[in-house]
Amino acid sequence: MDFQLTSEQQAIRDVCRDFAREVVAPAAEELDRNHKFGYDIVRQMGELGLFGLPFSEEYGGAGGDFLSLCLAIEEISRADTGVGITLEAAVCLGAAPIHDFGSKEQKERWLPDLLAGRKLWSFGLTEPEAGSDAGATKTRAELRDGKWVVNGAKQFITNCGTDISAGVTVTAVTAKANGGRPEISAIMVPTGTPGYHILESYRKLGWHSSDTHPLSFEDCAVPDEYLLGERGGGFRQFLHTLLGGRIAIAALSVGLAQACLDASLSYAKERRSFGVPISKHQAVQFKLADMAMETEIARTMVYRAAVTYMKTDGETTDEARMLAAMCKLYASETSKRAADQAVQIHGGYGFMEDYPVARYWRDVKINEIGEGTSEVQRMLIARLLGC
Amino acid sequence: MVIIELFSSLTGGCLVKIVVTVKQVPDPNSSTVLEADNTLARDKEVVLDPGDECGVEEALQLKEAHGGEVVLVSMGPEPAKDAIRKGLSMGADRGVLISDAQLAGADALLTARVLAAAIKAEAPDMVICGTESYDGSTGMVPPMLAELLGMPQLTIAKKVEVDGSTIKVHRQTADGYQIVEAATPVLISVTAGIAEPRYASLKGIMAARSKEIKQIGLGDLGIEKGEPAETIEGLSQAETRKAGVIIQDDGTAVDQIIQVLVQAKVL
Repeated sequence: MDFQLTSEQQAIRDVCRDFAREVVAPAAEELDRNHKFGYDIVRQMGELGLFGLPFSEEYGGAGGDFLSLCLAIEEISRADTGVGITLEAAVCLGAAPIHDFGSKEQKERWLPDLLAGRKLWSFGLTEPEAGSDAGATKTRAELRDGKWVVNGAKQFITNCGTDISAGVTVTAVTAKANGGRPEISAIMVPTGTPGYHILESYRKLGWHSSDTHPLSFEDCAVPDEYLLGERGGGFRQFLHTLLGGRIAIAALSVGLAQACLDASLSYAKERRSFGVPISKHQAVQFKLADMAMETEIARTMVYRAAVTYMKTDGETTDEARMLAAMCKLYASETSKRAADQAVQIHGGYGFMEDYPVARYWRDVKINEIGEGTSEVQRMLIARLLGC
Repeated sequence: MVIIELFSSLTGGCLVKIVVTVKQVPDPNSSTVLEADNTLARDKEVVLDPGDECGVEEALQLKEAHGGEVVLVSMGPEPAKDAIRKGLSMGADRGVLISDAQLAGADALLTARVLAAAIKAEAPDMVICGTESYDGSTGMVPPMLAELLGMPQLTIAKKVEVDGSTIKVHRQTADGYQIVEAATPVLISVTAGIAEPRYASLKGIMAARSKEIKQIGLGDLGIEKGEPAETIEGLSQAETRKAGVIIQDDGTAVDQIIQVLVQAKVL
């Protein structure tokens, strides 16, 4: 048992912390207010190497590990979770499946730009009536004259509509159910393919600095070599990738919980009531103590889940699935409580957009929804318990 | 501190090898704690001296413009490897750490003798130092090093230009700058304003793992510690600033302020 980060992991965390404080945080308020995607920040994150952090050097990655990615996502999210989710989705959902399951040609064509942050790739799983319930997927792809023809719709897709969005991997039914579940495969659709429509941006409650759109596919044809991984591999092969995404969202949640604690502690030491800083009132102290404790527990869970996930080496074990579900559930709910208490500690000012905690409060709710709701995580845990 | 080597005679002014020395200091964001013998407590959070970071950045920019290898040299306890590693993550090529229990609390002269011996072994054509370290702030090591290495020194540089074997610097003064030049081999002490340090890239951090840090002791350099040239005899707290006088404006405030300034012999 050793809870010490390696010196590389510490160095990566430190440089991400500096970068987040000096580059991401100063821009966060304006991006949020104007609902703007931070192109300049994404460019700098690319130069820093964030988009290639956990990938092999062969395609331009930094050769770091998954825990390092979690540390990076935590630090970036501490400054702006909208930027944090841009990174998380680009790496865990966009590049990772291509890196893990793509052919040599697919990797050589797409990964260098994606790992350098010059381009973004997105992942289309969720549909109007299917998400974690993947068997209900309605999007279809048929092989016609050597081309996959995709028809259907996807919802809530991150990073698909920016100026640098290169394409999306969609899950689609490629053969009807033969008794059991339908055959589901993953198909890569480059931006600009006829019949691939990126619809108008959502009006979101938070994460305003991130890019999210619904997608529709209308007789959208791509060459058959755009199939990602094996036909019918669909969810089985993506289970591993999605597991990583879940832990990464937990890391994002820890970053936001830490931001809530940072802001609240600093405010509580400055704001005075009844003749003393409010940090001297036990009512406020207890809130801060709980926030600090829960944030640290969530962080420890993320580290443990990340290390376990790293050891699974492409396979999903029950232990990794259990820890991923637990850390995602606990960290997201911790961040929600932290944001709630942060606004409460700030009192009336917490309700005003002049303080960052109002943004944290708007941004935090999605943590309990994205990459599997809290209810789905509880369901998974219960299933693994044998219920 | 930063050392750069130039083999200009071979390459017509291209830098073929750059060496950088660095110092690990207590984090400027933490409070200063002294040991019983009045030397600085070094067991808490430590970082690469922010001034040295600027020197490393300048060295890397020179390398990018003129080619060459950047080598970091540091004197300090074994954890000082982290400071070297930081510079390696930024892009320097390798490091040398002089670490010896006898060197604890070394004064400026001993520090300069040790560094000079290590630098000599690298046969540099140019040495760049921070003007002064963040923690000791004596500012004595760069000139001592120049003397021991037999190099001309170009001090307080805010800009460095390389023209063949001629090195030209903009030397910061109180009201402007001087342009000063010398032929290599040369020692330059740089200001913090010379270059904004880059973030160590994540690739750089990972690549730094496999870069060499050679660790040597006093014996390897053939140096006898000797008696210290300086010791701290005692120290006292700086006088705390007294509260100023607050003048309420009852119509005579200007006169009162003038009186205060006259008494303070400012007017």
